[in-house]
Formats: sequence, structure tokens, C-alpha cells
Amino acid sequence: MISVSGFLGQIFAIALALLLAPLLSGWVGQCRAWLQSRTAPPLLLPYYMLHKLFHKDVVLAHGASSLFRAAPFIVFGCMVLACAIIPSLSTDLPLAPAADAIALVGVFGLARIFISLAAMDVGTSFGSLGGRREMLVGFLAEPALLMVIFTLAMIAQSTSVATIVETLAHREFVIFPSLAFAGIAFTMVSLAENARVPVDNPATHLELTMIHEAMILEYSGRHLALIEWASSLKLYAYSCLGLAFFFPWGIAERDNFMALLAAIPLLLFKLAIGGFLLAGIETVSAKMRIFRAPEFLGTAFLLAVLGLLVRLMLESRV
Amino acid sequence: MNAAIPFSAQLINLFASVILLLAFAMLAQRRVMALVNLFALQGLTLCLSTLVVAVTTGQTHLYWSAGLTLLLKALLLPWILHRLIRRLQVKWEVESLINIPATMLVGIALVIIAFNVTQPISELSSTISRGTLGIALASVMLAFLMMITRTKAIPQVVGFLAMENGLFLAATSATYGMPMVVELGIALDVLIGVIILGVFFFQIRDQFDSLDIRHMEKLKDN
Repeated sequence: MISVSGFLGQIFAIALALLLAPLLSGWVGQCRAWLQSRTAPPLLLPYYMLHKLFHKDVVLAHGASSLFRAAPFIVFGCMVLACAIIPSLSTDLPLAPAADAIALVGVFGLARIFISLAAMDVGTSFGSLGGRREMLVGFLAEPALLMVIFTLAMIAQSTSVATIVETLAHREFVIFPSLAFAGIAFTMVSLAENARVPVDNPATHLELTMIHEAMILEYSGRHLALIEWASSLKLYAYSCLGLAFFFPWGIAERDNFMALLAAIPLLLFKLAIGGFLLAGIETVSAKMRIFRAPEFLGTAFLLAVLGLLVRLMLESRV
Repeated sequence: MNAAIPFSAQLINLFASVILLLAFAMLAQRRVMALVNLFALQGLTLCLSTLVVAVTTGQTHLYWSAGLTLLLKALLLPWILHRLIRRLQVKWEVESLINIPATMLVGIALVIIAFNVTQPISELSSTISRGTLGIALASVMLAFLMMITRTKAIPQVVGFLAMENGLFLAATSATYGMPMVVELGIALDVLIGVIILGVFFFQIRDQFDSLDIRHMEKLKDN
């Protein structure tokens, strides 16, 4: 049963995600520049970038197949779906039954597979290098993310993202040590998944270190615009997921339209803080060698498993 | 569901989890100085958790043991170890026999075993902090693992001290601590042990020009 406010909330969440995602990327870039004592780029830079790219012609490589042309749309679609499922403003989302938390990881995985395949499609050495590295990072990050989700699912007795967030938002104050473990693990996974500094540097085209940039070197024009937009959407989705899981206060409930409106400034505030902290992490940590990435993500996996075990051991008794 | 757990027990659980986390951090740590700092942090967390148990249960001798823990494990022993490291001029990275991710996986297996073994025991206990018994056993085993996998002398000593931390946590969580005499005895033993081992470090280094324990295998009579 879809209520009017639920429908409105859903449309609103998607529209807000599409609009806000580039702003979040711009904000993180600006904070990074401040913290590193550089002149900050304009806050709206990602919008100018998208505008410019959408008006440029697409240049395709000779060997490009239809997969190469379809991939940006698939990746973009996956990210929009992810943003639609994640309760950023309200837990009353008509699209939420489409995928639970485990399927959400699958949606991210689908996007990753397509962008890696597209990177290998043209046959340049950089593309396949980036694709392979992305799969390496992905296959290590996914189990850790799943473990984090299992910990939360055990607290809420459900794998549906909306139910988890509802349970967490409306409980009395209890210290969950397992949530702390899961939160650290989730942060580490998000850094790796969004190609942020300890694992990858989104701002570099230095050939030996790049992962994400290596995959999209062959893209241009509107394809590149869609991919750039999709990666800001991914950052937005991960930020919202983290906020919803670990700082769920203020997310609106079912049939409460005023709370939905009140949730918007709160979300903006939380995202601004989160973006600033992300820029802080990126400033204080050095880019790792690619061979250290498994260790980094192994630690994330370990923390997530510890969270699960601590949940079983300490918190399960009544 | 969780409302039945009182706030103090939640705090104790939190501190116990931090101790477990620090045990893993020590297992994964590559630098000697950072290892000692982590050990000091673990001592501090242990002191806080004992203090919470003391405040909740009103057992006066637990205040003493919390103070003893703070003095000995968070301040004195790390200070001695820092001095030793400076005077031995060791700045090498810690070497381990198996690589760190593999050690961590073994560590997870140990935690699962410890939790399984202590589950029936902690059911029997009636103390407020009984849930942390599994974590205490796990940190003992993790410290043991650290002693096994490290080849240099100082990490092994830190592992030994961390094991004592785990035992102390077990004593507090299962029975509200040992009698004062036993506790004082153990504290003195640990202190003397570290001082004697400090002397040994110099002897080992003079003999072999290195603190690698593997050299000691050559000492066998043939």
C-alpha cells in the first residue's frame, strides 16, 4: 500500500539525491583544499563539470562495443536505485521492498562489475589494470560490508534497511559496543569503495596509483558526465547509509510529512559534518601502496566480524 | 530486548570490547613504540572497567586494584619499557613469523573458541560483568598468540604483560577480583619480571648483537 506522503517522500528523496550528490563532492573537495591550505575550488564545481561534459561530443574508441556505451547508464541507474532504497529522509519508502540490505550490496556490486567490464572492453592496458584493481578492492570490501550489515540486522531482527533504521532510531539509549566496531569497519569500507585517499586518490592521474580514474580514462562527453555523477551519487549513498545506520536521529517515520520537511536541514547538517570529517581523514592519511589495500580491508573485515561476535556474546542475553 | 542490561554493565561491556580491540591492535602493530603505547592504553581501559565494577558493586578492594592497575600497567611498566627501548636503541619494525593478515584470521578463530568455551561458564556466574569473561579469555589467548608469532624479545615481553591484563579482566569479571594479597603478589611479580627481563635484554644483545630470540636456539648442548 503506497500512501501519498510515502510516494511524495520517495520522489523527494530521489530528487534530493540527484541534486545534492554533486554538491557533497564539491563540499568535500573544498574542505580538502582548506585543510591543505590551498585555494579552494568553487563549491559548485561538480555542477559546472557536469554541464560542460553534457554539452561535449562523445568520442568512442574503435574497439568499443555496445557494453562500453551501456555501462554508464547501468552504473548511473544502479546508484539512483541505491539512493532510492536508503532512508535518507524518511523510512517510509515505497521502493524499499525492492531490495533489502544484502541486495543493496548486490546493487553496488552490479555497478562495479559493469564499470570494470567496460574498462576492459576497449583493451587499453590502463583500463584493464584499473578494472582488475577495482575488482580486488571490491571483493575484499564486500564481505566486510556484509558483516557490518549482519551485525545491524541482528540488532533489528530484519535485513530491510528501512526496518533497521526504524529500530535504531526509536530505541532508548543503549550503548552497543558492536555498533562502534561496525561503525569503524563501515567507515573503512566506505573509504575504499568510494576511491578515497588511503586506498585511491580521486584527484590524481598518476598512472601507478590510480584505480577509479584508470577505469574511466576512455570515457568522454555525456558518458563521462554520467559516470562522474554516479560516483558522486555513490558517495552520497554511502554517506546517507552510514548516517542512517549510526546517527539515525531525526529521520521521519511513516505518514509524518512535517517530520520529513524537518529532516531535510538535519540531513544537510549531518552531510556537511560528514563531508568535513571525510576531508579530514583524507588530509591526515597517506595514500597506501596498492598491496597494502588487502591489509586495510582485512582489518575492516576483522572489525566487522568482531562486532558480530561481541553482539552475540555481550548483548544477546536478555 | 536490551533494556534488561543496566547502564553500568553496558559501560563494562564497552570497556571490555575496547580491551579486545586493543589486543587485536597490538597483534597487528608493526612498531615497537606504538606497541608499548597500546599496552599502556589497554592498562588504562582495564583500570576504568575495574573502577566501574567497583562503583557499581561497592567492593572497596576493587578501588585498590584499579589504582594499582593504573599505576603499574598504565604508567610504570610502559615507562620502564620506553626507557629500555631508548637505551637499547631499538627502532626496528617488529618482525613476525606469519604475516599480519594471517595472524588476524587466527586471532578471530581464537576469539570464537574463547567465546564458545566461556559461554556455559558465564551462565553460571552471577556477577554484573559475567559477559566479559569470554573477552577476557580471548585477550589472554590473543596475547599468547602474539608471544608465539613474534621473534623479537620486547614484543614477547609486551605479550606476556598483555596476557596478565587479560587474566586480571577475567578475575574481575568472574569473581569481582582476587584477594588483595594475591593481587599485590602478582603485581610485584610482573614488575620484578619486567625488570629482570630488562637485564636479560642487555645480556642477549651483548651476546648476539641482536634481540632476535631465534639466536637462543644455538645455545643447546650437543
